[in-house]
Amino acid sequence: MQDFARAFADSFRQILALDAGFVEIVGLSLRVSLTATLLSCLIGLLLGAWLAVARFSGRQALIILVNAMMGLPPVVVGLFVYLNLSRAGPFGWLGLLYTPTAMILAQTILITPIVAALSRQVLEDLHGEYGEHFASLGLGRMGQVRAILWDGRYSLITVALAAFGRSVAEVGAVIIVGGNIEHLTRVMTTAIALETSKGNLQLAMALGMVLLVIALAVNGLVSSLRLSASRLGYA
Amino acid sequence: MRDGETKAEAGRGHLKLVGAGLPGHHALSCRNLTYRAGGRPLIDGISLDLVRGGITAVIGYNGAGKSLLLRLLHGLIRPSSGEILWHGEALSPAHRKLQAMVFQKPVLLRRNALDNVVFALASHGIHDRERAEDALFRVGLADAAGRAARLLSGGEQQRLMLAMALARAPQLLFLDEATASLDPASIQAIEEIVLDAVAAGTKVVMVTHDLGQAKRLAGEVVFIDRGRKAEAAPTDSFFNNPRSAVAQAYLEGRLPHQFQIHRSQA
Repeated sequence: MQDFARAFADSFRQILALDAGFVEIVGLSLRVSLTATLLSCLIGLLLGAWLAVARFSGRQALIILVNAMMGLPPVVVGLFVYLNLSRAGPFGWLGLLYTPTAMILAQTILITPIVAALSRQVLEDLHGEYGEHFASLGLGRMGQVRAILWDGRYSLITVALAAFGRSVAEVGAVIIVGGNIEHLTRVMTTAIALETSKGNLQLAMALGMVLLVIALAVNGLVSSLRLSASRLGYA
Repeated sequence: MRDGETKAEAGRGHLKLVGAGLPGHHALSCRNLTYRAGGRPLIDGISLDLVRGGITAVIGYNGAGKSLLLRLLHGLIRPSSGEILWHGEALSPAHRKLQAMVFQKPVLLRRNALDNVVFALASHGIHDRERAEDALFRVGLADAAGRAARLLSGGEQQRLMLAMALARAPQLLFLDEATASLDPASIQAIEEIVLDAVAAGTKVVMVTHDLGQAKRLAGEVVFIDRGRKAEAAPTDSFFNNPRSAVAQAYLEGRLPHQFQIHRSQA
């Protein structure tokens, strides 16, 4: 118990010291996860809005597929990206394997279905509420998509947060395509896995605490934003 | 509205003003309009000619198909069979832009009141903020322009819906129980706005359960019973001398035949 308390105190000191290597790991984690979240939101929100508004044969099957892809195993995604980016793969010539770009790609593939499926649900409810009004106005499909994306913005921020949470906490895919290379592709989760296996609990716990603080801060920010919007009648 | 004519007279006057029976004077007509769901007709072969101007009230028991009829006439739902004609042409989405509809439950975007009107105008390619502000002023909501639409009172929300509809200067306005569940002051305010719109040349077709309102505003009444047009007549004639037995029962506050059977079985 004393060892644990000492490790905890040391970890806290390490965070406060803002060691260059430590900051680098945290910075790369945020860069990779935020970029992947941004990309997945660009693709996933449009896909989700289109699924919410459009009516075509096979739509239900596509919704089931997107929902099922929310549970994609990260290692399988990692393996898929690895096979495509490895020298023998179709995109090996790009030389992206073991780079942050490969990690962003893997995370984007992993979290885009989450954004698409959750936003589809949110936006379909909204479209159900607005549908007759839009039809009465003679609003086209693109106009409807734009309107529900804007009106659902506060709910969609929560969707983006869920995607970011999945992204920043993910380890299986990024370790396969990133390789956990120091000063290049080492992020918080892969560093925690490595340092724990080496018995270096101090760094592992420090990174874990930063992860928790990031998760809590983002959650707190989004919750207060939604609460304010709801109180003001905009959510 | 002509000199010396009251707003209510403007709403009721169309039967006198328009040559009934001339196809060119019909704003909207339907022929053998039928809508089936679950194998049974919910609207059953209705034919109507709605003349330009004035107010037509559509009344009937709950579940008779009044709101469904309005949605069909507005083109929100595709009929199973029959045709809808707008000034003699088959109703198209382009024609729908010349119409507007206010629903029983206000449908408001999660934006402020002014932005709701701006959105409604923009959907018609009109990007004119001043016109939106003017529409709010006309319905007495100028001071509420910056307030979140969903936090307005029920009466204010319905007036906002009317502002969104009237800002587009529709030729035909459908009102689907627009004043249901509102207090008398709000109802009066909305009736004033509707009569102003009629005086400006808008035709209004309204579903209502408020017989007093139908008497006050409408020039003609269409009575719907179990998806069929039971009766269509000038308002005075309908209320003083209803021709159909079901309309007589309705006006006397009696339950129709089919409901009595269900009740005795229960």
